Amino acid sequence: MSKGSITAEPPVRAAPPSPHSVGRAGYLTGIFFLGPALVLLTVWMVYPAVYTIIRSFFGTTGYLGNWVGIANYERLFTTATLLRAIENNAIWVAVVPALVTAIGLIFAVLTERVGWAVAFKTVVFLPMAISAFATGVTWRILYQQDPDLGAINALGRSVSSFVSTPGVLPNAIPSTPTMHTSKGAIVLKTPLQPGRSIALGLTGIPPQSVPGSAKQAVQPKAKAGDIDGVVWRDFKPGGGKPGVVESQELGLPGVTVQLRDSSGKTRTAKTADDGTFDFSGLPHGTTYTASIGAQTFAKPFGGFSWLGPKLITPSLLIAYIWIWAGFAMVVIGAGLAAMPRDVLEASRTDGATEWQVFRRVTVPLLAPVLSVVFITMIINVLKVFDLVIALAPESTQSNANVIALAMWRTAFGGANDFGTGSAIAVFLFLLVIPVLALNIRRFKRDV
Amino acid sequence: MAAASPAIELPSPRDRTSAKILRAVAKTPLHLILVALGALWLVPTFGLFITSILPASALANKGWWQIFSHPSVATWSNYDKLFHNSGLLNALKTTAYIAVGNTLIVVIIGAMAGYAFAWLEFPGRDWIFVGVIGLLVVPLQMALIPMFKLYDTFGIFDTVISIILFHVAFGLPFAIFLLRNFFVGLPKDILESARIDGASEITIFLRLILPLGLPAIASLAIFQFLWTWNDLIVALTFGQNVQPITVWIFGQLREFGTSIDVIAPASFISLVVPLCVFFAFQRYFVQGLLAGSVK
Repeated sequence: MSKGSITAEPPVRAAPPSPHSVGRAGYLTGIFFLGPALVLLTVWMVYPAVYTIIRSFFGTTGYLGNWVGIANYERLFTTATLLRAIENNAIWVAVVPALVTAIGLIFAVLTERVGWAVAFKTVVFLPMAISAFATGVTWRILYQQDPDLGAINALGRSVSSFVSTPGVLPNAIPSTPTMHTSKGAIVLKTPLQPGRSIALGLTGIPPQSVPGSAKQAVQPKAKAGDIDGVVWRDFKPGGGKPGVVESQELGLPGVTVQLRDSSGKTRTAKTADDGTFDFSGLPHGTTYTASIGAQTFAKPFGGFSWLGPKLITPSLLIAYIWIWAGFAMVVIGAGLAAMPRDVLEASRTDGATEWQVFRRVTVPLLAPVLSVVFITMIINVLKVFDLVIALAPESTQSNANVIALAMWRTAFGGANDFGTGSAIAVFLFLLVIPVLALNIRRFKRDV
Repeated sequence: MAAASPAIELPSPRDRTSAKILRAVAKTPLHLILVALGALWLVPTFGLFITSILPASALANKGWWQIFSHPSVATWSNYDKLFHNSGLLNALKTTAYIAVGNTLIVVIIGAMAGYAFAWLEFPGRDWIFVGVIGLLVVPLQMALIPMFKLYDTFGIFDTVISIILFHVAFGLPFAIFLLRNFFVGLPKDILESARIDGASEITIFLRLILPLGLPAIASLAIFQFLWTWNDLIVALTFGQNVQPITVWIFGQLREFGTSIDVIAPASFISLVVPLCVFFAFQRYFVQGLLAGSVK
């Protein structure tokens, strides 16, 4: 599991006073048992904490000697990437603790009366044993943008293919300036009268995109009362004349051609294997606009950029919730198991619905456990580091920045700015102090 | 005879079975939801594993689920190559040293301190314990810069022991807190009678406290092992040539797309050990978690 605190409000029982007399021997025994721990805690935690606080008022390099006052703290709130880190951490705190607690509660309640609950809980709890770093790598594989590579976007593509089918010619463009692109459709610029045969040439179509049934393109003859024409791949190896159907140029079958008259009424026709289409029975004297429908050129689902600058933080939040949901579920599940059954049964007997029991009895009784999970998650989220550095590609790490990562990148990521790095560390420390105060108050109350 | 008095007749076995079936059917949506959720929690790790057994050529233009249509592309060659990679083997060794070393030291020193706070009487005991509780939430970012300088001054930067000691210090507050709370709950009369019999505190600690405290010590050991095995930030800061597996993989991340046939199997190797530890000692893991977070 990631090195996170799992203790929000430590339960502490007061030590029983020992009748053992406190003499010199008692003192020595105390030093013997406690000494190693106190030395380690002093040298590795207390001294560094004091040093970091002092260091945060000094400049970038060297030891103490370059007093800069609160300039490092000012930089913390004026530098864009550091501000972004604070903003992002605020999002983390606003979203993750609440969601993790809620999901943990739902999972705990859902599994309460299921025979294979242990299997389910083990599966959901598994990510807790894995390093946040490996989880980052795991999710980075899932989040890849290309729907052929990233599983999530592959899923997105299959869903979107139900909603809209990609067009047959996603990248085609007009071959001559007689046509222009408008709202995804390709439109013939000049209005038409019946009795015309038009040529709608397209290029930018790779050979493998041409439908297999395609035949040599044919320019149909103009007929009175009709507007006909051809849609074809206006490209011939070695050149050729744009806008003119030539030998070895293939018609494009299955393309939707639209014909709109001045009143706005639209007719459609599909092209044949040789690319020809025909609108017949058109009244004389009306002008028409011909176009190839936008659906022909609809781009296939390209995938969301989960690891891009915009979505990287939501992507991180999802992976983080995936890790910690199991923790919340297990802790809340234990609280649920310890709940007085008779209270629940009594309210059910009184005719309360399951939802009412959940809302009015279960949740209030679980409130202490829920708040422990919630507070624990606040601390963990403030310290998040491994997942971000593993999941966010270097190009978007500034967008994904969080306080712990900003501290590390400032102090050790090349710039080696120990002054600002210290200030960020102190800022992080200040954010968790309320929890520290809560812990100590709780201990004193119990003594 | 019983059949003659239908009023007190028990429901026949068949009735009970049908009731059971009915209840099971009523629960079907719930089961389906849970199966879906369970799949959601399994797929990412499963995907990592499948990715790790596909050759780079197969991964260049198709994701890991191609295995369903072409199972034959799977190969152990990625792992084969990794197990001949001295960098990875060294990283695994380093990780094991750090995780085992840290776990042993934290358990020993933490148990001693926990015993002192629980059962020894000396001035200022409770105040010092309040201080230790205060240290529980100190972010390790507070110590990175000073220890970086201190290690440099004493010439122990980039050594396994310097990484271990950093982990030990930051593991101790939780260790002391967990073990003291467990030791306080041990039966008082056993300890008192041992003292009356003239046993020294060291004897009591070794012969009574450690064996009796084993469940809590096991929980602690598992936590410490997993924390240090999975650590990235400490080793990334204090190690350069000394690289545990997370840092080694981190060094490959820059070429994520092209080194995926190294990154995926190495990541999977890195999580196999924690998973085994978790499955072997799941009970202690959950106990420690609950002791740490709920009363």
